[in-house]
Amino acid sequence: MIAMTRLSKLALALLTLVVAGRAVAQPEIDITKVAAPGQEKPVPVNLTGFSGEALEVIQFDLYVQGFTFTGADSAQYLLSGSGNGNLVGRATDRFNKSQLVNKSYTGGSLRRQAHAFVDDFLKAINRQGIGGTRIAFKTASKSSGEIGVADFDGANKQTVTSDGVLVAAPEWIGNRLALAYTSYKSGNADIYTHDLSGGSRKTIARYPGSNMSPAPSPDGSKIAMVLSKGGNVDLYVANADGSGLRQLTKTREDDSAPCWSPDGQWICFATKINERRALCKVPVSGGPAQRIATSGVSNPSEPDWSPDGKWIVFTAQMGGFDICVVPATGGAATVLVNGEDPSWSPNSRTVVYARRGGGRYTLSLLDVPTKQTKDISRLSGSNSQPSWAR
Amino acid sequence: MKLNKLVYLLVVALAFTGGVTGCTKKPRPTTPLPNPSGSGVGSDATDRTGTFDPNAETGGVPMNPDLANLDNFNQDRATLAAHTVHFSYDSAAIRSGEMTHVEAVASHLKSSGASLLIEGHCDERGTEEYNRALGERRALALRNELIKLGADGGKIVTRSFGKDRRIDTSESESGHAKNRRGEFVVLTPK
Repeated sequence: MIAMTRLSKLALALLTLVVAGRAVAQPEIDITKVAAPGQEKPVPVNLTGFSGEALEVIQFDLYVQGFTFTGADSAQYLLSGSGNGNLVGRATDRFNKSQLVNKSYTGGSLRRQAHAFVDDFLKAINRQGIGGTRIAFKTASKSSGEIGVADFDGANKQTVTSDGVLVAAPEWIGNRLALAYTSYKSGNADIYTHDLSGGSRKTIARYPGSNMSPAPSPDGSKIAMVLSKGGNVDLYVANADGSGLRQLTKTREDDSAPCWSPDGQWICFATKINERRALCKVPVSGGPAQRIATSGVSNPSEPDWSPDGKWIVFTAQMGGFDICVVPATGGAATVLVNGEDPSWSPNSRTVVYARRGGGRYTLSLLDVPTKQTKDISRLSGSNSQPSWAR
Repeated sequence: MKLNKLVYLLVVALAFTGGVTGCTKKPRPTTPLPNPSGSGVGSDATDRTGTFDPNAETGGVPMNPDLANLDNFNQDRATLAAHTVHFSYDSAAIRSGEMTHVEAVASHLKSSGASLLIEGHCDERGTEEYNRALGERRALALRNELIKLGADGGKIVTRSFGKDRRIDTSESESGHAKNRRGEFVVLTPK
């Protein structure tokens, strides 16, 4: 009963987010996106008047979207206001003296109001904010784990499973309040979809052998996955309910971690070509696979295609683990920070990833253009395999 | 950063040396690679965007759907516990020195007619889903070898735990070596 209530609350919150997300018109010029990974300077802003939780949220949101904090005389933008009870927020451009935001916020929590203020400011400068977005992740104990969801900054965490078994690789299903993930609850690694509004679960793949790495298509109509039922570790695609299974690759290599191009035409995955690990893409309709070159780095895995279609972020293993980006067409890879298993935010700018340290995984956020990073320290314990809802 | 790379190079060099000295017979490669067809996969590091046939491999013995739900079976981990097979770093090839274990398991299967679960495991030096796939490939390599030795593939199923079930978390080389393994579990219907 308690679980149900939690889930319905979560569903409501998510529904609100989805509705809000759909209502926001795309700005005419969106300068959110990545032009030169790791090359851009953070934009200086000055904050005055905010305190406590409101200040914490505003600083966090701005930092992980490429801003830095400075005195009023060296800032490009001046953000001021107060957060006693309800939030009042103003933003001005110090260079051209224009007022960007001047708004009083009511309803929701103070956190929600602070996120909304930052999103309003970003929208005023033709950028798309992430204040209302959520992430899913694996939250682990020593021998088992559960699937968790939270706001992108770690607030409002909910655990959506309570099986006490190994779980892996949660991914949001497009256009639905639902996740796909791997669970060993029937002994084997099987793939489930989990409807977060009603709490119902459906087995999508329980074939003999391992059923791994589910990747829902952007429109939620299909799921790519890695199965071994044919005697090899191969890539398959099925309808969202698991029906209509088709095999896309047939190799003795360990194909892993599929993801989709935003137009739903390609599936990108990690494999080996000529004994070297590489990223590839294969048409969803079947046919020849193509290598996606990742020049300058080795052992790529865990690709994630940006929602704007331009970049693929992935993990390179070169002694340690590094988060890297490469143009989606392939080319020279840019090494960004230490970490693994990256997932793009809906605005194709910030990335959530996991980093190792102290015997656990910590989720962290990376602003790709500036390489600014911040741990999601509100999440305790060991958390990994993040997926950003988009 | 530089130090990390140096350490990595050292580790790779050591692993390579170990591989060469430890290998007296011809290695048994169980993992042929897909044939990149036609043009494309060139030597120029800046341009390797060629296409290849993702269905190059026709091998692989399909698994029996009756073995899909492991909840239907009792798992006997003791009988074949002494025959756990260990693997080299980032490899699913069965080393020649491990073949006595595989042969012993094949004999047991043929004489008892038992069903078998093979569990593939990895050390922690790999990303989570990469290791889940690698662990599965290790289990499949053992399954293929057992089938070659005359065991019934319809009675052998696999599962991978990736790096989620390590038996040594010391993060030492010897610990990593212990974790890279395939375990044999006898299945009997409940």
